[in-house]
Amino acid sequence: MTEGHIVLDGVHKSFGAKHVLNGVSLAVPKGHSLVVIGGSGTGKSVMLKCILGILRPDSGSIRVAGDEVVGLRGKARDAYLARFGMLFQGAALFDSLSVWENVAFGLIQGRHMARPKARDIAIEKLRQVGLGPEVGALFPAELSGGMQKRVGLARAIAADPEIIFFDEPTTGLDPIMADVINNLIVDCVKRLGATTISITHDMASARKIADDVAMIHKGQIIWQGPANTIDSSGNAFVDQFIHGRADGPIVMDVLKP
Amino acid sequence: MNILAHIGRASLSLLEEVGRVTLFLKDALVQGLTPKIFLRQILIQMMRIGYFSLPVVGLTAFFTGGALALQIYLGSSRFNAESLVASIVALGIARELGPVLAGLMVAGRVGASIAAELGTMRVTEQIDALVTLATNPFKYLVGPRIIAAVVTLPLLVGIADTIGIMGGYIVGTRSLGFNGYAYIRNTADFLEIDDVTSGLIKAAVFGFIIAVMGCYHGFNSRGGAQGVGRATTNAVVSSAILILAANFALTSLLFAD
Repeated sequence: MTEGHIVLDGVHKSFGAKHVLNGVSLAVPKGHSLVVIGGSGTGKSVMLKCILGILRPDSGSIRVAGDEVVGLRGKARDAYLARFGMLFQGAALFDSLSVWENVAFGLIQGRHMARPKARDIAIEKLRQVGLGPEVGALFPAELSGGMQKRVGLARAIAADPEIIFFDEPTTGLDPIMADVINNLIVDCVKRLGATTISITHDMASARKIADDVAMIHKGQIIWQGPANTIDSSGNAFVDQFIHGRADGPIVMDVLKP
Repeated sequence: MNILAHIGRASLSLLEEVGRVTLFLKDALVQGLTPKIFLRQILIQMMRIGYFSLPVVGLTAFFTGGALALQIYLGSSRFNAESLVASIVALGIARELGPVLAGLMVAGRVGASIAAELGTMRVTEQIDALVTLATNPFKYLVGPRIIAAVVTLPLLVGIADTIGIMGGYIVGTRSLGFNGYAYIRNTADFLEIDDVTSGLIKAAVFGFIIAVMGCYHGFNSRGGAQGVGRATTNAVVSSAILILAANFALTSLLFAD
């Protein structure tokens, strides 16, 4: 079996007595788009943060392009992070900077590019997400939620990363804007040939952007397969989730009235 | 038995907090104050921490100098030592009240704003976004604030000393009947260079405390608006207490001769 571009092997992470990741194992081949589905609080975001090194796993191995990345520090970590782009759930734009400075941030601060050149690239990336050059001069607070998401996407792809993470890219958007974002994600990823991991609980989004789907439940991957087999997974957990049923093997901690 | 458990729990959580601050301090010094240096950020922070604090610190110093002159006049006139007013005002402002009051005012103004800004950046994932853009948050956010506070606080206190002595001068000449020339003469003759430098050294230490506590509480804020509010309060309270404690320690160890 050839090793995937991103491989997680038995990753554990606890916060105090709370075990969030209970041995997550996962492999994403190069250029593939993996969508991780799962309910709130199942460890999706924590998994991404472990891969990025924002959180340090308690045990287990994370390999990117064959290299172990857990515990990287200093220059090696900077070089590692330069290969990533990430679109955050709330876009996480820097509100003290204008839109183009947000998009160009990684180029100017991370790669020491001259500001005029970085600005040109930022304007081009904004165009790719359907925003005109005049938007570049605005500040994030002046944008609607959908526009903020698009700026966040432009920022994530600005440095042409080989790996992109999408954290709930469509949450909080109307269905049409959600579809616009999905299309942009598919386009941008195809153009860059990037490997991506997205986490979402929006099934329409998952079907649109996924090559493969993995389902996480209680800190473990309980099912993984090609996106077109998700309706015939034969897994009761997956069935319950994709059809959004309250009754099934996944029991929510909700008191019955 | 219950009381002992309470004392134990409180002691443990205090030690835990001290440990966390120490670890943060280590990161702030090792990562934040080593290259690469974000000059632009340092200049922006110097404006915000130093320049924009001038009105607050200036007014505080002015009124304190005036009140001090009145009080010392009241006390010294009881044993016919009114001529001491000028020199004691100068000494009190330069050695003690200038740095401490400026430190406390800046702790309220700047410590709170640092904690609120970084706290909001934390809860909206902007700090994580920095990491994914290959920018170390300690270098980009913490380092510039520490450098700016340590550099500008002594400058602020230098100005506060001048204004405070001037406040004393105005009260002394306008309402206490001192001769203007004699008042300045008295001030200049009694004040030694050590009096001023000891205050400026204190100011640099206070600036360090304010920036570190603001950044620490901002960085570790959790849970939305309430968490940011708590971080802000904790930043101000802890830096104010540490300033007063450090003032006592510095005075009794270094400058009490």
